[in-house]
Amino acid sequence: MSVADKVQEVFNEPGCATNQAKTDKERKKGCSKALKPGAAAGGCAYDGAMIALQPIADAAHLVHGPIACLGNSWDNRGTRSSHSQLYRTGLTTDLSELDIIHGGEKKLYKAIKEVVAQHKPPAVFVYQTCVPAMIGDDIEAVCKHASTKLGVPVIPVNVPGFVGSKNLGNKLAGETLLDHVIGTQEPAFTTPTDVCVIGEYNLAGELWQVKPLLEEIGIRLLSNISGDAKYHEVARAHRARVTMVVCSQALVNVGRKMQERWGIPYFEGSFYGVSDMTDTLRTMTRMLVERGAEPELMDRAEGVIAREEARAQRRLQAYRPRFEGKRVLLFTGGVKSWSMVTALEEAGLTIVGTSTKKSTAEDKERIRKKKGQEFHMWDDLKPREMYRMLRESEADIMLSGGRSQFISLKAKVPWLDINQERHHPYAGYDGIVTLCEEIDKTLSSPIWRQVRAPAPWEV
Amino acid sequence: MGHIQRFPTSTKACATNPLKMSQPIGAALAFLGMDRSLPLFHGSQGCTAFGLVLLVRHFREAIPLQTTAMDQVSTILGGYENLEEALKTIDERMKPALIGVATTGVTETKGEDLQGHLATFRQRNPNLAHLNLVFVNTPDFAGGFEDGFAAAVTGIVETFAEPSRSKVKGQVNILAGCHLTPGDVEEIRDIVESFGLTPIILPDLSLSMSGRQPDDFTPTSLGGTTIDQVRAMGQSEATLVLGEQMRGAAAALELKTDVRSLFFDRLTGLEASDRFVRALAEISGRPVPARLRRQRESLVDAMLDGHFYTARKRVVVALEPDLLHAVTAFLADMGAQVVGAVSPTQAPVLEKLRAGTVLVGDHADAEALAEGCDLIVSNSHGRQGAARAGVELFRMGLPQFDRLGAGLTVSVGYRGTRDLIFALANRFLAQETEHHGDTHACHGDGGCGCSAG
Repeated sequence: MSVADKVQEVFNEPGCATNQAKTDKERKKGCSKALKPGAAAGGCAYDGAMIALQPIADAAHLVHGPIACLGNSWDNRGTRSSHSQLYRTGLTTDLSELDIIHGGEKKLYKAIKEVVAQHKPPAVFVYQTCVPAMIGDDIEAVCKHASTKLGVPVIPVNVPGFVGSKNLGNKLAGETLLDHVIGTQEPAFTTPTDVCVIGEYNLAGELWQVKPLLEEIGIRLLSNISGDAKYHEVARAHRARVTMVVCSQALVNVGRKMQERWGIPYFEGSFYGVSDMTDTLRTMTRMLVERGAEPELMDRAEGVIAREEARAQRRLQAYRPRFEGKRVLLFTGGVKSWSMVTALEEAGLTIVGTSTKKSTAEDKERIRKKKGQEFHMWDDLKPREMYRMLRESEADIMLSGGRSQFISLKAKVPWLDINQERHHPYAGYDGIVTLCEEIDKTLSSPIWRQVRAPAPWEV
Repeated sequence: MGHIQRFPTSTKACATNPLKMSQPIGAALAFLGMDRSLPLFHGSQGCTAFGLVLLVRHFREAIPLQTTAMDQVSTILGGYENLEEALKTIDERMKPALIGVATTGVTETKGEDLQGHLATFRQRNPNLAHLNLVFVNTPDFAGGFEDGFAAAVTGIVETFAEPSRSKVKGQVNILAGCHLTPGDVEEIRDIVESFGLTPIILPDLSLSMSGRQPDDFTPTSLGGTTIDQVRAMGQSEATLVLGEQMRGAAAALELKTDVRSLFFDRLTGLEASDRFVRALAEISGRPVPARLRRQRESLVDAMLDGHFYTARKRVVVALEPDLLHAVTAFLADMGAQVVGAVSPTQAPVLEKLRAGTVLVGDHADAEALAEGCDLIVSNSHGRQGAARAGVELFRMGLPQFDRLGAGLTVSVGYRGTRDLIFALANRFLAQETEHHGDTHACHGDGGCGCSAG
């Protein structure tokens, strides 16, 4: 299937709420709004595919393209691994002018061969980028040939950046897993409590705040896509009894198709905040029991939930008086916009508004239900407006990704990183406490009074 | 790149842990040294996003950078419309003093005629004649960061510099290569001004990337060289050219203005600093200020104190060409042994390197060369290889995303060299104390000036 067909297929995704609300004509146009030259931000499809697949830690991730695609971007995400560190090795064909004239296929094959010989990975993911796509390098053919010759799965990830946004790249990565990986291996044994989690990338080790709770309840995480994953775990995901889709918009196609192909029911959930975490554990357990797991699973889950909730509430108490009246400007996308809202309010913070640029209609509906109609939701909040709001003290702290941090910091207003480069895990019952501690640390820092004071020559 | 490629390149088909970054980001950084400027990449949005994140993580500053957001269709049919729309949008929303356009792999593979685009844009938009534009060709698949930086500076000179009949006494031009941090540029300005000279620094990253605090929201660079300053370069008495990479820009400037150029391949090291100071004394006709004289004494003292720890140390350096030259030459000055020098790209300056092995390669090559060495000098990307090789990493160059203040580290002039000696020698000193498990490092050989024994 060509990239264009594949793109159209993910645009038609029936599991996506936004899609279902569209007319046929709108659907054909695709998910993301057309980018405006000179006023666009965000990564490309290749970027999105890397985000989704690179956390598969023992696989080699080889980028076929000129140096820009990997050289400018490698080693820049906080996804963590408890086993192989191979995913952190930057591998690229670094196409030069001559390669572009002669075609890059032979160099790509040679590169795959070198990677397999040197690192002996269980699989190689090969990422197609704009330039080799333009000159017609057929990476699917090269990967197929290499798989046969070298006896290792070599998986083409056809995501030249110009086909679309980061979000589209996430989806295409999901399609790649469905086409080439999931269902290609069988687990040694299965249990009635095997689950697959999709869209959890183990940023700052977040998965590790959740996994022990699952284990305690008696749930086996058969496959996590893709944080801290081993390739063979992803290949065996189709034997899960229940699938949880974390980032609702990006990889819902994987959850739905796994249901279609292997009859695995899926639900959308979040690990952020006390109540969402509890909902997630309850839903997961209930669905497992519905599919034949022993009913005692529910009791164990309730036990863990009761204990963890009590512990988290006790720890959060300390922050509530300190957070009283403090207003947060939340600038993020997708699942985080609604799940973070709950998490922060549980800690006693007031949310003045959130961006919904990357959120689905369903995400927005969830926020609306939680917050009522008068709550601010911006589809396209301009940096200048954000700066004004912060400067004029309409919010006490901004929570966002690294790129927008300076809007807040230059306005001399506290800021906290809640995106992929963050250093602290915010998932699970412990995560929300960590988040509060981080917010409290910056809000109560003595620097704010000092840096806002005028210089000696200004008074 | 009209030079002969004479240094061995890795023969691998697969670059592993790349040292190289692509030309457009180098160009973006140069444009960011212009006042109220906005760099624009002519390519797909990812090209811009990656460059932006890289620079944000290094400088910990807002990086204004835009994209023409090429998609599949415009890539095939040609990107003029995207480029025009981007320029108009940026002018309308951000009102920058300059838009610096850099091409990428996408638009260069297609073979877009950039200067043709510029002519068409001017013709079709007479109402936007006020918009200052510099267009440079920076394909991702040729050269690297330093080449892109140089191309942008050359483009700025060619677009704005003007000849002049009159000279302004005491005014000098400084072409500052990307081996200099914003902190280095600040130091150079101080040194030059201490001779009563008025420098026009191009590009001036010390005014934009050094933690400025604007009074209001600023969507463009926060400061830098103004276009009027570039226009006035023809009135200068001399041009101080810093870095081999600036030779192209220097030639363009000399051709346009007839201002004589003085070339300095590096400003790190005692002799290198002496040359610079001597030239400034000559141009200004003034004696060397007392402060610099004291700083020189202090550097000499640092060399005397530090050489015990740097001598015969085996070091691998992996950096952009001009910085690679500055650092390897400095290490040689201090008696260290540069076992390997790895450059991301071919460059004429590599011919000057004093190193056991000179290689165009990546961090994996540096890692291989570092076996049994005492130190690797490279950017933060060298951390994985250094850990595997069991060798400490001394961070220099770009990107340094796991350290604060990388953009303001000073290693030029007497004072900067002195500080670099201390930083480096302290690392070796720490290695020795840790290794020997005691707190006194001189082993009683009198090396540290004490009498312990």
